[in-house]
Amino acid sequence: MSSLFSVFDVAGSALTAQSQRLNATASNLANADSATSSTGQPYRAKQVVFTAQPLPQGDAVGVRVTDVVQDQSPPRRVHDPRHPLADATGYVNMPNVNVIEEMVNMISASRSYQTNAEMMNTAKTLLLKTLQIGQ
Amino acid sequence: MTKLDELFRFSQSALNLHAYRQQLIASNIANADTPGYKARDIDFASALANAEAAQGKPQLPQPAGESAPLGAEILYRSAVQRSLDGNSVDLDIERAQFADNAVRYEAQLMFINSRIKSMLAAIQG
Repeated sequence: MSSLFSVFDVAGSALTAQSQRLNATASNLANADSATSSTGQPYRAKQVVFTAQPLPQGDAVGVRVTDVVQDQSPPRRVHDPRHPLADATGYVNMPNVNVIEEMVNMISASRSYQTNAEMMNTAKTLLLKTLQIGQ
Repeated sequence: MTKLDELFRFSQSALNLHAYRQQLIASNIANADTPGYKARDIDFASALANAEAAQGKPQLPQPAGESAPLGAEILYRSAVQRSLDGNSVDLDIERAQFADNAVRYEAQLMFINSRIKSMLAAIQG
């Protein structure tokens, strides 16, 4: 099979991985103020782990999300004695989501997604032109 | 090998190498955010020279699933700015190389097409 076809596999794997990263960012931003959850603990920021994944054939290397890890840094402590979840000292444990970091992550993920989509388009154009040899 | 085969042989190996290189650069761009990934590429000029030198000699058939065209040796790109996570992909370089390689692939297709046209002109008179 032509090497150009594996560009689709590679770019496709990257699109999946980047959209998973975007999903994690969306979930982090949505829960940036979720002081509690089903476990009773404040929400913890989630990050995806990318791993290079060689395709079954040839030398092309795709990418895959192999793990979603929870940020183990301590929760953000906010002083709000009137909050129902405040402890004896008047502090509330809030999620350890860094909104600035998440925004940067979001822009980076969407840029990478765009680049890979463009790559797919280029490969498609090249293949279509190859089909027209001699016409 | 007939004269016609001879005529298209060079274009064929060049096209194969361009397609192979496109796939390597696509892998680099896809792994631009993967920690520890090293950017890879081939030296096109020497790969094409090797492929040309090997042509005409008796060859063993390539095993199935082996996609590296004859003479292509994978090299690691040296990073301009190293990143902390061990990734050596520079997205600007890779995107430029991807576009460059795509244009060269199309140019090669145009050469083939015009060669076919001139052959047809010679046949039909």
